[in-house]
Amino acid sequence: MTLPAILDASEMGIIFAIMALGVYISFRVLNFADLTVDGSFVTGGAVAAVMIVKGYSPILASLAALIAGFFAGCLTGLLHTKGKINDLLSGILMMLALYSINLRIMGLTLEDGVSLPNIPLLNEDTIFTKVGDFFNGIGLGDYGILIFMIFVTLIFKLLTDYFLKTEIGLSIRATGDNQRMIRSFSANTDGLIILGLGISNAFVAFSGAFIAQYNQFSDVGMGIGMIVVGLASIIIGEAIFGKKTIARTTLAVVLGAIIYRIFITIALNQGILDASDQKLVTAVIVVLALILPKLIDKQREKNRKAKHRLQGESNSKANGEGESVA
Amino acid sequence: MGRVNLLLELKNIKKIFNEGTLDEKIALNHINLSLEKGDFVTIIGSNGAGKSTLMNIISGLLSPDAGNVIIHGNDVTNIPEYKRSKMIGRVFQDPMAGTAPSMTIEENLALAYSRNKKRTLSLGVTKKRREFFRESLASLNLGLEERLNAKIGLLSGGERQAISLLMATFTEPDILLLDEHTAALDPNRAQLITELTKQIVKKYGLTTLMVTHNMQQALDLGNRLIMMDDGKIILDINEARKNQLTIDDLLIEFQRIRGEKLVTDRTLLA
Repeated sequence: MTLPAILDASEMGIIFAIMALGVYISFRVLNFADLTVDGSFVTGGAVAAVMIVKGYSPILASLAALIAGFFAGCLTGLLHTKGKINDLLSGILMMLALYSINLRIMGLTLEDGVSLPNIPLLNEDTIFTKVGDFFNGIGLGDYGILIFMIFVTLIFKLLTDYFLKTEIGLSIRATGDNQRMIRSFSANTDGLIILGLGISNAFVAFSGAFIAQYNQFSDVGMGIGMIVVGLASIIIGEAIFGKKTIARTTLAVVLGAIIYRIFITIALNQGILDASDQKLVTAVIVVLALILPKLIDKQREKNRKAKHRLQGESNSKANGEGESVA
Repeated sequence: MGRVNLLLELKNIKKIFNEGTLDEKIALNHINLSLEKGDFVTIIGSNGAGKSTLMNIISGLLSPDAGNVIIHGNDVTNIPEYKRSKMIGRVFQDPMAGTAPSMTIEENLALAYSRNKKRTLSLGVTKKRREFFRESLASLNLGLEERLNAKIGLLSGGERQAISLLMATFTEPDILLLDEHTAALDPNRAQLITELTKQIVKKYGLTTLMVTHNMQQALDLGNRLIMMDDGKIILDINEARKNQLTIDDLLIEFQRIRGEKLVTDRTLLA
């Protein structure tokens, strides 16, 4: 595998890392498996693409995508808290609704139609053409996008770290941890869930907006399985880099997203996989990541018990004294 | 009548579970209760007597079918739980219920500290607050002030309950509700938490309602004792009389009111 291929994969990975941070906020912090992500990722891409085609600045277009994602997440939160719909189902319903909404959003570029599944951005000014121009100007063209994305993703990471330590952020974490407790300390958990899902999907949509600009097209199918990619990034990152503190975990999630993307790229490049296998591989990674720790724990437990049995036998031979409980 | 001092009033509270079904149960049957500021009331009664329902009605977790909850002269019957909890501190029976396990000790205290303030985007744990948390924890004498960054989930049940008690009280709520908060602990830990409760309630002069299964505890603590049975308050004993009572007296009283013969402390407490 060539260096440029790895560089490309890292660029993609670090853009997807913003999405993974969003999934981290819903899945880990709020303890809410939010499938809205598959839809809101596309919403981000669609909003940005439409605005860019209509001549708005790519920065403004990306920020608009962020806001659109925020509202999508809030709606899922409303379905769950006020509509009392189960968390998975609220996300699925929102994802389904967004599919149509995304087609409509992209249809806004048409003069004689209502919906459109794909918008090309080949000849448009995107955030990355601007970044490319700037870094070419200072002679760092090859690494420009990577440097820029490290900067952008770091901002999202640091904002997340800070936010989760604020009074509101702490309450959102407590809502994911022990709702009954935080309600007894006068926190409106419904509002916090809505806000948390809003922020989560804002991140996801922003990432979608950047991916659309990076790939130079927005497509209604680009969000399929995004939630699982997010989960895979979180799980890989946490497994390798640990989750001792919030700052450590968010860093792990970002790096996890990059490692995941490099891994997939290698597998595709080496001809081990066809592009169409990607979703299957992602699913398998997540399944393994969920099952393996349990198997490992079980094996450890077995070993531990075996050790104690051995000790117990030798003890009872010596003086028959039982284990002391610490 | 010192009406001015009335802190909590329950007027004709009625609560029925599963109304209209075979499982219909009248959990609270026209409960009237008034607490003055600084009152420390212990509540005993058999299972299903309505003690916990009463606590949940006051805290707003449950809404009464009839009647009013009045705090400081304001009718709060329709105010949701999370808003009411600005005024009400609670400690639950389950030591796991009162704290957020994956968060650190200082973060948990920060959550409790914001109880009666508007939560903002400023840091939850500041230098100044950390000092205050450290001092407050030191008053528990458990050495927890040295472990501000330990995750609560790693602490023992007794330690968690001590922190829950601190968190429920250090913002000096108008009302403190203790729902069998020592019942899930071993005798030594229970003793420790009982002592801490006594100290803390005294220190802040908190108006307190404490449900307990431990009759001795009900007699030892507080200035008033209430016995509940079948959704009603069947006995309301003031401080002077309470000080002279023994567990046996309580049992005899319970027997007399219920008109039953085979009453043991098991019937009353089980």
